Amino acid sequence: MEPIKLSFNVDGENFVSAGEASTAVKTTLKKMGFPGDTVRRVAIAMYEAEINMVIHAHGGTVDVEICPDKIVIVLADKGPGIPNIDLAMQEGYSTAPDDVRSLGFGAGMGLPNIKKYSDDLEIETELGVGTTLTITINC
Amino acid sequence: MKISEIQQLLDAKVHCGQEHLDQEVSSACGSDMMSDVLAFVKDQAVLLTGLLNLQTVRTAMMMDMKCIVFVRGKVPDANTIELAGQSGIVLMSTENRMYQACGKLYNAGLYTEGSEQ
Ligand SMILES: Nc1ncnc2c1ncn2[C@@H]1O[C@H](COP(=O)(O)OP(=O)(O)OP(=O)(O)O)[C@@H](O)[C@H]1O
Ligand SMILES: [Mg+2]
Repeated sequence: MEPIKLSFNVDGENFVSAGEASTAVKTTLKKMGFPGDTVRRVAIAMYEAEINMVIHAHGGTVDVEICPDKIVIVLADKGPGIPNIDLAMQEGYSTAPDDVRSLGFGAGMGLPNIKKYSDDLEIETELGVGTTLTITINC
Repeated sequence: MKISEIQQLLDAKVHCGQEHLDQEVSSACGSDMMSDVLAFVKDQAVLLTGLLNLQTVRTAMMMDMKCIVFVRGKVPDANTIELAGQSGIVLMSTENRMYQACGKLYNAGLYTEGSEQ
């Protein structure tokens, strides 16, 4: 099977539409007959990263490659970058302002959760340039 | 427990998903932080929350949850109800506060895990 490729723009100014890309990917994987556990891992990891893009980085693009044995999700933004990745990966570390917390996010659990649900997580980041997350989930 | 029993125990008003009230659910959780739901919840099918925005429904979708109960009489907006309706998620509102609502369901045998006592 040729890998299936899906691409999305994530609007950084619109909190309401955040998660639309993750929903579309989840629906596609379900239709293709991937196991429920795989679908859920992809959905949660991608949703966390998509929300991060909106609340920390003014949006960006997502490219998803679906292969029979793995799903690779690349999320690229032109946000502020992450100054200290080790710190950002710690549970409970968050720079989210109070208005984000009142929306139900900003507990500092997203990146550790992405790590937990993925088989491989790579983070490339440069201050003032942006951040690219590459999430791989094996089936 | 059937979702319809949750509705009766909490005297809740159903906004969408009326056709799914016969579904069985075996566990629930309560939180206003979607971050925590995404990080700590495993197979809980019911979410009790005081958080009203649309991301509550998206979170439930990602986690394959079946029902969201809004506490303290909070009523979701039309967009939120529409998204939940399309996704087959039951939305309801109860006048009970979070602690009361969780307590009533727990007492009736709806635990955090299916079998815990
Ligand atoms: N795409 C990004 N661009 C810039 N900074 C980011 C990005 N993603 C994460 N961060 C930084 O890393 C921190 C930790 O991210 P993480 O997702 O773990 O927690 P959070 O988003 O703050 O809260 P939660 O995920 O629990 O809602 C963030 O608070 C932010 O400072
Ligand atoms: Mg996050």
